[in-house]
Amino acid sequence: MKTTMMRTILAAVVIGFAAPALAAGDTATPPAQKWSFNGPFGTFDRAELQRGYQVYKEVCAACHAMKYVAFRNLADPGGPGFTAAEVKALAATFEVTDGPNDAGDMFKRAALPSDKFPSPFANEKAARASNGGAYPLDLSLIAKARVNGPDYLKALLTGYTAAPAGFALGEGLHYNAYFPGNQIAMPQPLNADQVTYADGTKATVEQMAHDVSAFLMWTAEPKLEERKRMGFKVMIFLVVLTGLFFMAKKRIWAKLH
Amino acid sequence: MADNNSGFMSNPLVKWIEYRLPVFSTLDHMVGSQYPTPKNLNYWWNFGSLAGLCLVIQIITGIVLVMHYTPHTSMAFDAVEHIMRDVNYGWLLRYMHANGASMFFIVVYIHIFRGLYFGSYKAPREILWFLGLIIFLLMMATAFMGYVLPWGQMSFWGATVITNLFSAIPVVGEPIVTWLWGGFAVDNPTLNRFFSLHYLLPFVIVGIVILHILALHQHGSNNPLGIDTKGPQDRIPFHPYYTIKDAVGVGAFLIFFSFFLFYAPNFLGHPDNYIPANPLVTPEHIVPEWYFLPFYAILRSVPDKLGGVLLMFGAILILFLLPWLDTSKVRSAKFRPIYKQLFWVFLLACVGLTYAGGLPPEGLALVIGRVCTVYYFAHFLILMPLVGWFEKPLKLPASISEAVLKTEPGAAGSKA
Repeated sequence: MKTTMMRTILAAVVIGFAAPALAAGDTATPPAQKWSFNGPFGTFDRAELQRGYQVYKEVCAACHAMKYVAFRNLADPGGPGFTAAEVKALAATFEVTDGPNDAGDMFKRAALPSDKFPSPFANEKAARASNGGAYPLDLSLIAKARVNGPDYLKALLTGYTAAPAGFALGEGLHYNAYFPGNQIAMPQPLNADQVTYADGTKATVEQMAHDVSAFLMWTAEPKLEERKRMGFKVMIFLVVLTGLFFMAKKRIWAKLH
Repeated sequence: MADNNSGFMSNPLVKWIEYRLPVFSTLDHMVGSQYPTPKNLNYWWNFGSLAGLCLVIQIITGIVLVMHYTPHTSMAFDAVEHIMRDVNYGWLLRYMHANGASMFFIVVYIHIFRGLYFGSYKAPREILWFLGLIIFLLMMATAFMGYVLPWGQMSFWGATVITNLFSAIPVVGEPIVTWLWGGFAVDNPTLNRFFSLHYLLPFVIVGIVILHILALHQHGSNNPLGIDTKGPQDRIPFHPYYTIKDAVGVGAFLIFFSFFLFYAPNFLGHPDNYIPANPLVTPEHIVPEWYFLPFYAILRSVPDKLGGVLLMFGAILILFLLPWLDTSKVRSAKFRPIYKQLFWVFLLACVGLTYAGGLPPEGLALVIGRVCTVYYFAHFLILMPLVGWFEKPLKLPASISEAVLKTEPGAAGSKA
């Protein structure tokens, strides 16, 4: 099934995308995007994360694992905002291996909200074997493991173009201006209308790339909203406290002369 | 009883304890009303207490992090993610600890440069200066080993590069590296011993800090004028004057710290450390944490490995000779017109080294690194002794109180 998916993606038409003409080997700088989670009061856009999860589940998860994220996290505050019931139903659509049972056997069961996202491959060797030798990375932390992670991810996902004339593309590799070395084993993963968004949003490549990049930022930094909210309170407290200290200092030192 | 005019000391319970264990009078002598301090200390003198605060923050957050961490190559990275995702306020603890290390170095670097500017290393404070340098060396070792614990790509490759430096030692280099690793590569034994030492060394630092404070109290703080206090008119009790002034500094420092902690917690880190350690994949460009970059630049400025290692360690060890390399009897740069200029050039060279250390050692970065390395050593070995001899210092004020009253009537917080 996975290889069918791979072939579908492989066979997908490469859409010409506006990218600056680059000399071979140059890595383009991803353009800065507007993200709802930027800035001191930034928060995740729930609908965007839900759409991003859908893209991840229906496209990325075919090859990429996400082993640090559990289904229950989808209902955590500051996340995509699924309800507990939705998460339970969603988890149940996946199958995980559990065990050993009393007879000493491993067995399959429906996933529970407490389970981590099941990985598509048993191990790295299996993943490489199915992907022409390339290893689809675990995506849990990818947005923090790259410089300007969300910008880079969106640029990468929308940055597939035909290789410029004279560029020697390796066999089974694809041209992408934003990937270091410009040759990436992953075929263009997103194509227009690849997913049918539950909320009716039009699934352009740009839209899907934006949604899934935001989702990946959330999986990398699930406590972002809590952090920024606490930061604001702490800052207010510290500014008042420092002000009081400063005034006290002035009064105490005034006695000196 | 040390403090007779304090209501606190006349409390019956306090008196009862004090009679049996003189803890209150001891504290009062250390950081209280019985510790006389020059009256003209400016805000640059806040960084000693701030460094102490950083050490306490690191120890407390570290002890709690250890409760949730597993020092094993196959579990360390996952354990850190467990802390970030599942431990209550684990993200706060870990970001405090990681950014706290950077804050500690910022504070200590300012503290050191303050000492350089105002001549705080000169007689009779040479041992105070040595103890500070020992703390600095211990901090570097602790920070380096701490950075290895999350077992990310930079952890692993940083550990590999730095431990490999010892292989430059002739004859015994390779055996020493094997001994440090506990094997033939950076692996689980390395991680385990780094964890053990990372937990131990902060407490060694606490011990040296106590000696550092003991040495400080022997002759008291230096001051922006660099002249000795001549009598009671030059001094004020540490409490309440400097306790409240330090409190202002603590508040301002925590605002600065909180900015990174809450709004840019990964700004001072490296993205590659969110990739699990992989001995088979070398990162394109291995860099240490920012606070090691000047020394990394010195290391890579020398084409010879052993030479680079010696020069890098020499860059710190040379600071131990500073009390004798600086031939001037005048402490404060305020009265040293030439040294004052050279201080800023030296600071610029250190910034240049930091810049060069963060880039691959080629082209302009290598040139900048080399020029700054030469200047770094020339500053201490050539300029400091010569300037001390040839410079004509300005006239020193007769006393602190005279200078303070003359320059800033009505305001005690001299800005030097």
